[in-house]
Amino acid sequence: MIGEWLDIGWLNEIPVRGSRTVPVEGGEEIAVFRTGDDKLFALVNRCPHRKGPLSQGIVHGHSVTCPLHNWNIALATGEAQGEDKGCTPTIPVKIDGGRVLICRASTLKAAA
Amino acid sequence: MDFQDFPAHPDGPASAETLAETGCEAREHLVVIGNGMAGCRAIEELLARDAGRYRVTIFGAEPHVNYNRIMLSPVLAGEKTFDDIVINDHAWYADNDIALIADDPVTAIDRAGKTVTSRSGRTVGYDRLLIATGSDPFIIPVPGKDLPGVISFRDMKDVDTMLAAAEAGRAQGGGSAVVIGGGLLGLEAAHGLTLRGMNVTVLHLPGTLMERQLDEAAGWLLKTALEGRGQTILTNADTAEIYGEGKVEGVRLKDGREIPASLVVMAVGIRPSAALARAAGLEVGRGIKVDDHMVTSDPAILAVGECVEHDGNVYGLVAPLWDMCRSLADGLVDKVNPYRGSVTSTKLKVAGLDVFSAGDFSGTGAGCEDIVLRDASRGIYKRLVLQDDRIIGAVLYGDTADGSWYFDLLKKGESVTDLRDVLIFGQAFASGGGQSDPKAAVAALSDDAEICGCNGVRKGQVVSCIAKGAHSLDAVRAGCKASASCGSCTGLVETLLALTLGEDVEAGPKTLCNCTSFTHDDVRREIVAQAMKSIPDVMQKLHWSTPDGCASCRPALNYYLLCAWPGAYEDDQQSRFVNERLHANIQKDGTYSVVPRMWGGLTSPRELRAIADVVEKYDAPMVKVTGGQRLDIFGIRKEDLPAVWADLNAAGMVSGHAYGKALRTVKTCVGSEWCRFGTQDSTGLGVKLEKMGWGSWMPHKFKIAVSGCPRNCAEATIKDFGVICVDSGYELHVGGNGGIRVRATDLLCKVATEQEAMDYCAAFIQLYREEARYLERTAPWIERVGLDHVKARIVEDHVGREALRARFLYSQSFSQDDPWAERAAGTGHELHGHMAAFKPIAAEEMA
Repeated sequence: MIGEWLDIGWLNEIPVRGSRTVPVEGGEEIAVFRTGDDKLFALVNRCPHRKGPLSQGIVHGHSVTCPLHNWNIALATGEAQGEDKGCTPTIPVKIDGGRVLICRASTLKAAA
Repeated sequence: MDFQDFPAHPDGPASAETLAETGCEAREHLVVIGNGMAGCRAIEELLARDAGRYRVTIFGAEPHVNYNRIMLSPVLAGEKTFDDIVINDHAWYADNDIALIADDPVTAIDRAGKTVTSRSGRTVGYDRLLIATGSDPFIIPVPGKDLPGVISFRDMKDVDTMLAAAEAGRAQGGGSAVVIGGGLLGLEAAHGLTLRGMNVTVLHLPGTLMERQLDEAAGWLLKTALEGRGQTILTNADTAEIYGEGKVEGVRLKDGREIPASLVVMAVGIRPSAALARAAGLEVGRGIKVDDHMVTSDPAILAVGECVEHDGNVYGLVAPLWDMCRSLADGLVDKVNPYRGSVTSTKLKVAGLDVFSAGDFSGTGAGCEDIVLRDASRGIYKRLVLQDDRIIGAVLYGDTADGSWYFDLLKKGESVTDLRDVLIFGQAFASGGGQSDPKAAVAALSDDAEICGCNGVRKGQVVSCIAKGAHSLDAVRAGCKASASCGSCTGLVETLLALTLGEDVEAGPKTLCNCTSFTHDDVRREIVAQAMKSIPDVMQKLHWSTPDGCASCRPALNYYLLCAWPGAYEDDQQSRFVNERLHANIQKDGTYSVVPRMWGGLTSPRELRAIADVVEKYDAPMVKVTGGQRLDIFGIRKEDLPAVWADLNAAGMVSGHAYGKALRTVKTCVGSEWCRFGTQDSTGLGVKLEKMGWGSWMPHKFKIAVSGCPRNCAEATIKDFGVICVDSGYELHVGGNGGIRVRATDLLCKVATEQEAMDYCAAFIQLYREEARYLERTAPWIERVGLDHVKARIVEDHVGREALRARFLYSQSFSQDDPWAERAAGTGHELHGHMAAFKPIAAEEMA
């Protein structure tokens, strides 16, 4: 049976202050971020500005800086920070027994 | 100059005392002996209470205005100039109508006639007299103590002597100095002299450095750290004599050892300067005896500072002075505010290392208990001494952030029973877990908690200064002097600014980024001075305002650490821009381009075949000849990069670092091998330069070109380092840029041989690596520091050039592993592969 959550792997497969990606067939890639204080966030791997791969940005605090033009995106909300305006969809994520789970329905929705 | 206005002759028609005697001046005349920190601080306190009450005359022995004596060390170290450490400039004396008689010490006091007489014969009458003569260095009575070259470390003159000795030493390829005394002053002198290029030996009679401020463990950490910086520290070293014919030649110890030196700095201690008071018949013990309002045995005469003895105590630190001056000034305006002695704490940077101690840390009293935390790898040692559940002493080494909190608890004498389990972890942790807001800790400090130890400024004073309109760090420094001296409390002051003003804080000088109040240069200096070896260490010690920095500071710190500690610092991949993390250039569609190195622009059928194969195998949509004489393969997916690199490696090619703040390309023309105009083998030199410099991380990208003749086909005059070959040798050009703002190179010099061209290039790269700010190309860097500076370091200073070259080659011994080969072999595979893949349709079907 398929649950509400998709198991994508072990927490320690994601580097601290780093990100790993999950491609979704027919849809947009998901980026899962792990911050310095060991919080997890999942967003569509696309900057609202020029579609840069956020997963390749520098993670600091609870933000990521897009590698293409240095937009800062809040990981919790997907909102661009400062003067920049735009928003990247977020996906609920949780850790269970060291495994990383992302919300299936949101992933499908983001993929659509 | 205003102090010249004062009539030199005592019988001058307009002299101050005649005015007073004739009744033209109704105010009482306060004469101050001593233009140092205590004397002027007392006057500042008095002016703040009642500016018009006294007419003030200050005598100073030195030919200077009032300066901050405890900041002589940074002047010696070259971190500050004399102007930086002036507390009150001439305008202050003029504005407050204070007559300054400088360079003319008082030699006698006539208590009956109420006059003082100076060395030049000037006699001035007083109504009240303030003695603030400070202290004299203690000179140990050994043979040779009077030889030229034996000095103390007490005033600007001593600093000038030390600088001259260092200069003379440098001319002979490095001089030697001995510092006798491993206390605060001695270590500061040793540090400054080391930075000035001298070989320094510190002789300390006790077994522990700074034994009055540090316990044995902290003293040992300090000794180890100083030895790591090249100083020789001899403890239990008993000086027998200073030898030399007509000038100092060295020091001989009682155990027979001899240490050659052209300079001996005597810094074994100080004692109150009380001779003048004693000669005047004032009551003198170890110092001039004073009551709780700093009045001596003569009611018309006061004394303050290091020259006094109060309640049996004499003080050699700056903090008690502030308390004394407050009580003294209150007494002068007839207000009761008795001085009750000071519990002293010492928070300081010894040679850039943070040290704090307070109270009684001998731990020998009845019922004394110790709480100790050691973190050897971070070089941190904390020890609290408790008695009856109260803190009675503290020693902190390496991390002194909680010093003011412990000192506050110590002074209040509160029971720490409830905090005991977490006390040692500091205020932030004790007041609410490891995640607690550092701002809350500062907010929780009481108003009389000391913020700035150098200038004795309490939290309440800083806050009221901010409330009165000081909305920037500089304004606070100007307004109440907090953070104006050593700067170790800058973080605290900034937090107070933020707490008091919220968003309205005005920016000071350009900082590295918004996470810190320090500039690029500050951070680099402190990384070396405090031997910081990791990004969290830097953020911790320099009070970063964010938990793990930002996309601006992390790559900069990573570079600065990498540059400072070659081979020792472990590169932080998560602090690298994507290109340097993936060793390829990200393109606008999220794919990457790959540029293999083509040494000096040379290639071969084998390399070309391998590149052609890669282009076909990975379906690269484009391959292009770059401006730097190599080939760029576009449209490679992140997942395919390791396989692409493996194929290129197999044909003998390595990373071209086209993505890095590093040596990019070395562009060449064909030179004398083929060209009818060529004067030298420009291609060969280009290959050699590239082989020498590849793989080195730098502040920004770095391009080299070598042209075989002045026709300059390789366009060497718009490169960071350009060589133009001529018949008689090689012209070396630096600081060119073909980017947004075109800049032609400056001619650095001309050398005769290929080897020299290589050596100068290595030295130049290293100078750029060590001095330029992160993301600063050579062109703006040279415009900032000046070509003369670069010439002085590279062309004129042969020893320095060789040292730079050696440091570069040492650093290169760790950086010339092909990053592609490591990745192709599987290292960092998680950077390239997906974590998982999701196929919704298949999943739906399964459901």
